[in-house]
Parts: sequence; structure tokens; C-alpha cells
Amino acid sequence: MSTATADKDARTKSRKRPSAELPDKTLVGWLRDMMLIREFEIRTMQAYSNAKIGGFCHVYIGQEALAVGTIGSVNPDDPVITAYRDHGHALARGMDPGACMAEMYGKITGCAKGKGGSMHMFDKPNHLYGGHGIVGAQTPLGAGLAFAAKYEHEVMGKGGKKVALCYLGDGALNQGALHEAMNLAGLMGLPVIYIVENNGYSMGTSIGRGTTMSEDLTKKADAYGILGATIDGMDILNLYDHFKPIVDTCREESRPAFIDMKTYRYHGHSMSDPQKYRTKDEVEGVKQRDSIELLAAYLMDDRKAITEDDRKAIDKEVKAIVRDAMKFAEESPVPDVDAELYSDVYVNPSPGCSPIREYVKGAKNPLL
Amino acid sequence: MANLTLVQAINLALVQEMEADERVMVLGEDVGKNGGVFRVTEGLQERFGEDRVVDTPLAESGIMGSSIGLAVGGMRPVAEIQFEGFLGPAYDQLVNHAARYRTRSRGAVTVPLTVRVPVGGGIHAPELHSDSPEAIYAHTPGLKVVMPASPYDAKGLLISAIRDPDPVIYFEPKRIYRAFREEVPEDEYTIPIGKAKVVEEGEHVTVVSWGAMVVDCLKAMDELPEDLSVELIDLRTIYPLDIDCIVESVKKTGRCVVVHEAPKTAGYGAEITAQVMEHCFLHLEAPVQRVAGFDTFMPYYKLELEYLPSVERIAEAIGACAAY
Ligand SMILES: Cc1ncc(C[n+]2csc(CCOP(=O)(O)OP(=O)(O)O)c2C)c(N)n1
Ligand SMILES: [Mg+2]
Repeated sequence: MSTATADKDARTKSRKRPSAELPDKTLVGWLRDMMLIREFEIRTMQAYSNAKIGGFCHVYIGQEALAVGTIGSVNPDDPVITAYRDHGHALARGMDPGACMAEMYGKITGCAKGKGGSMHMFDKPNHLYGGHGIVGAQTPLGAGLAFAAKYEHEVMGKGGKKVALCYLGDGALNQGALHEAMNLAGLMGLPVIYIVENNGYSMGTSIGRGTTMSEDLTKKADAYGILGATIDGMDILNLYDHFKPIVDTCREESRPAFIDMKTYRYHGHSMSDPQKYRTKDEVEGVKQRDSIELLAAYLMDDRKAITEDDRKAIDKEVKAIVRDAMKFAEESPVPDVDAELYSDVYVNPSPGCSPIREYVKGAKNPLL
Repeated sequence: MANLTLVQAINLALVQEMEADERVMVLGEDVGKNGGVFRVTEGLQERFGEDRVVDTPLAESGIMGSSIGLAVGGMRPVAEIQFEGFLGPAYDQLVNHAARYRTRSRGAVTVPLTVRVPVGGGIHAPELHSDSPEAIYAHTPGLKVVMPASPYDAKGLLISAIRDPDPVIYFEPKRIYRAFREEVPEDEYTIPIGKAKVVEEGEHVTVVSWGAMVVDCLKAMDELPEDLSVELIDLRTIYPLDIDCIVESVKKTGRCVVVHEAPKTAGYGAEITAQVMEHCFLHLEAPVQRVAGFDTFMPYYKLELEYLPSVERIAEAIGACAAY
């Protein structure tokens, strides 16, 4: 029996699964978001090949269910922080696709004013705190975001109970920062969930060549006395079923968790990756269980929530959104040198901070 | 003799040193199977095996710290950090341990470590992949800091770095990794650490630079009037500074321009300027000029070229210094 049918059997057996309670609208929304991310990334790769996008660019194709399903399991005001493979999180969190694309085009209308690029997805109104290029460095930051939420709620008596989502790649498992953060979060009972986007590779290094206990990463959670789980991140329903209860627990009981979420990136690490470290067969094999196909099939065949025509309509819709985003990026102006080379460094620069020039205010961040 | 790029010259130096000395090892993220992000270590693992060309986990502190341990334990490790921004996680090991081990042990323990780090902007990379932090490390006693500007020097300097008994940071200007080729002898030779090179002799203005900026200085010199004769010095070693070479030149020209990519404030140009003032005060015809990056972070892509000192900015500064 293939894994896909096994999943389907499990699904029909237990009606009590959390995802079964979700309305069609939510699940169709997820399908749309996943299709949007895929289309966005396909066009991102094209724009990169056409030299519209410079620098480094890491696309999210293959991992769509992970960002959509995990962000779909939390509240809109729960803080989210991630690494550099961040377009998917930005879109799933609700960033305007135009601002996301314009950022990569290096245009002033981008979410980081076109001065950051692919790795700098920030959307403060949507509680997305980046987009960070130093692998693993976001993990203590995630603990801090959870700490602030906990402090606000427990000490200042303001706001509800929040939980922070902190994403990391499997390569980041090996950075010291993560281990300090996990210990700290465990010790202080911080409501942060570390989600390992385990796509099996850190650049050209397969997980087994880079980290210990790669077959059972939850042992790393055990080492810090925090909740650990392994979840298949390709099937979004399964993901939700297992992830949502953890979110609820971490929120209610103010405690951290560490999730090994299995996923896969279909394309190279970045836009220039000969991929000598894996075979075409391996990639094709994983694509047989594509997350978008799994959810679409469920919605069409099992739930009968949508028809083939509905799916085509969604496809048309996301294509139009991405086309508009590219047009917006294309037509937006580049940052003005005089205003933008010397802005966004200090909130409150004193005169003489730099003897060369005075720091200036620059344009307002378009998402604020 | 072969016509090599900077990347190939570095690779050749590594091959020859590994052949000559079994203690020489290469460590870093994807340096083996993948040959490194910039393919600098291509072919080394096939040639020398996984014991000597070690693919490490993604862990800069671990790479740096264990390389220090290897060096203390008698090996000659050459660690690669993929981009200068990733020296951040390794900073503690590098500055608090590699640099100070000898002092801390009062001469008992030394650290013959080489750290290879691609550096600088101009390849359309974002922040953390475009910086020039050489002044930070030059400011750290115990470390030596070098940065070649040509394939020939790259090979000779790396061999010196590997053989040096002290920790050496070997910065590789990534913008010129494949920008041009140069004749690089197969035979063994070294470029001494601490020795600058007069790239072009001249009479009227001394220009001091290093790394990829040397290439831009040469271009700027082409823009200047024929009768303005410029002496260009490529430091090659940032620290220890070859102040004698600079002083000799400035005493002749009476004018000095320092060009670097890093932010101007507290950049290495400030140190050079101060030393020129200390040694050449009575010879100076003009204030020392600095052409540098701005005091901000390397912006992405569309603004990147505005950040880097341009050929025009360099030419203008040289002209202004000459006309002062
Ligand atoms: C501290 C640090 N070291 C190295 C790098 C270079 N680098 C960027 S991504 C990457 C691999 C990360 O793999 P993983 O964490 O699994 O994330 P994935 O690319 O699979 O999303 C490396 C080595 C970096 N950005 N930061
Ligand atoms: Mg990975």
C-alpha cells in the first residue's frame, strides 16, 4: 500500500481528527495558499533567470504545506520568525505578494524597501519578524519573542496567551545557538515551538552527514526536557492533526516544543546548485506525494468540497495574483540613493554618528 | 607556469601544501563532496580523502574551535568559513581563543591555524555576504590578517599563512575570484606575511589599498591625466602593517590616499592615516584622504554599487589630493 492510500484510510477511519472539524472554506483557503506559493516561486525562479532578481534566492517549492499548515494552526497575532528560505512563510502569513516580489527585485515598495532581498521577509503588522540569513541565529530570537509574549501576559497582565513559531532548517540543528535557545526555553517555560523544516539537506550535506540521531530528532528535545514530536509535513491534514494539539498545549501551559517536520525541497538549495548530492529518482519519488496534489485530491474526491473546475479557477486566480505582483515589482522604483543608503540604521541618530553623512529618515516601510 | 584565476591559485596552494605536509587539513561546510560554495576546494577530497578534507556540520563555532584544537594538537588546519558574515558565530573562538592562546599560556601553546574567508561586496549578494570586516581582526592582537589581490600573491600568501606558526585570517576578495587570470608558477614560492607590494611606481600621490579595491584603483589611475603619476601600494597583508613601504613612498610623494571597501569610521584607513601622520608629518603636502564604504550596511543589489567606492570616487580623491 502506498503511503498516500494509507493516509487516506486513516483519514476515513477517524472522524474525530482535528482537521475533520475544519470547514471546507479553511481547507480550500489552504489549497489556495499552497498553490499561490508554488506559482509565486516558479515565477521567482524565472525572474531570477531573467536577472530581475539578484543575490541569493532560495525557493520554497515542495515545502508549501509546512508553512501553510503550521501558520494555519496559530492565531494571526502569534509571532513568527524564520530563516532565509522565507517567501512561503511571508505569503502564508498574509504578506502582500507584491511587496514580497518587489523586495526580491530590489524595489522601494518591497517589504524591506528593496534593500534586503530574498532573505529579508519582514511583515510586522502580520507578526512576521524575518527572514534571517545567519543559519540558526533566529532560534534564540524566537525564544525572546515568546518570552516577551509571556511577560506581557503574565507580568503586565496584558494580551492573551501567545505562542511563537520559530522555523529552522535541518542544517541549523548543528548551530550552538539552537541548543542554548532550547535549554533556555525549557528552563523558563517559554511558549516557543521550534519547527525543524527537515528537508533532508543542508546545502549539499544530507542530514545524516550533519547531525547525530537524525533518524529520531526528538531525542534532541528530550535532551532539553522539552516536548518533541515527529510530523509528516507533506500531508497538511496530518500535519494539522498532530501539530494543532501541540500548539494548544504550548499556549495553555506555556511551554516549548521541538518538532521534526518532514518535508522536501524539489529544487536546488539556491539558484546555482548542481545537486550532485542527490539523484533525480529521489526527487521524482518525493514528488509522487506532492502536498498540493494530496490536499486537492482530498478536497475533490473525499470531501467533495471542490470540483476540478474549482481547482482550475483557483489556479487562474493565483496566476493572476502573481502576475500582478511581478508587474508591481517591475514598475516600482528603485530605492533613492540619497535617501536610502543612509536610512534605517538608527531610530534616533545623534549628529556625528557618521562623520561622512547624516543619517536620514528615508521612505516609510510600505507595510507599516 | 599556468594562467590561473584567484580561485585556482588558492586551490593549487592547498594541493601543494597538503602534498608537502601531512599535518595540513581542510575543514568546513561542504568543502569536500561539493568543493565549497565558491568551488575553491574542488577536487581536494577526491585527492586527499575524507580524513584530510573534512565536511563539517553547519557550525562555525565548532569549526573554528575544533580547528584551534587541531592546531594546538600539532596539525595545520585550514578552516573555511563560507562568507565573512558567518564569522559571527565563530567570533568567540577566533578572538577569545585563537588570538589569545599563546598569551594565555605565556608562550607554551601556539595556534598555527589558517582561516580562509571570502570577503567583500560586488557580487549582488545581500548583507552578511558582502562585508569587509578586516579592521575588526586587525584590531585583535594575536591574529594576522592577509588579503591577496592577485592570483600570484594568493598562492604565495596562502602557503605562508599555512606555514606560519600564528593564526592567520586569509581573506579572499570574492569579487575578483574569477575576474582575471595571471601566470602562477607551479614551483613552490612564498609571499612573506607583512610585506606590501608596490604595484605601480609613481611620483605625485601614494595610493594604498588591498583586496578587490586594488583592481579599482588601477582603473581609477587610467582615468587620471597622463602627467599625474601615482604610486599604488597593495598591502597584501593588513596586519602586521608594512608601514615602512608606505612611509618610503609618502616621503617621496608627500600625498596619500587610502582606499577600502569597509565603512570609513574606524576602518583600517584610519590606522594607516594616523601612522602616515606620525611618520611623515613634515613630508605631507596634503591631508591624507580616505575613500571608503559608507557607515551603513551593504545594501542589496540596486544600491550595492553606490556603496562600493567607485572608480570615479577614487579618481576624484586622487585628483583632489594632488591638487591640494
Ligand atoms: C551561520 C551560517 N553558516 C553558513 C551559512 C550558509 N548557508 C546558507 S543556507 C545553508 C544550509 C542550511 O540548510 P538548512 O538549515 O537545512 O536549510 P534549508 O536550506 O534546507 O532550508 C548554509 C550552509 C549561513 N547562511 N549562515
Ligand atoms: Mg535543509
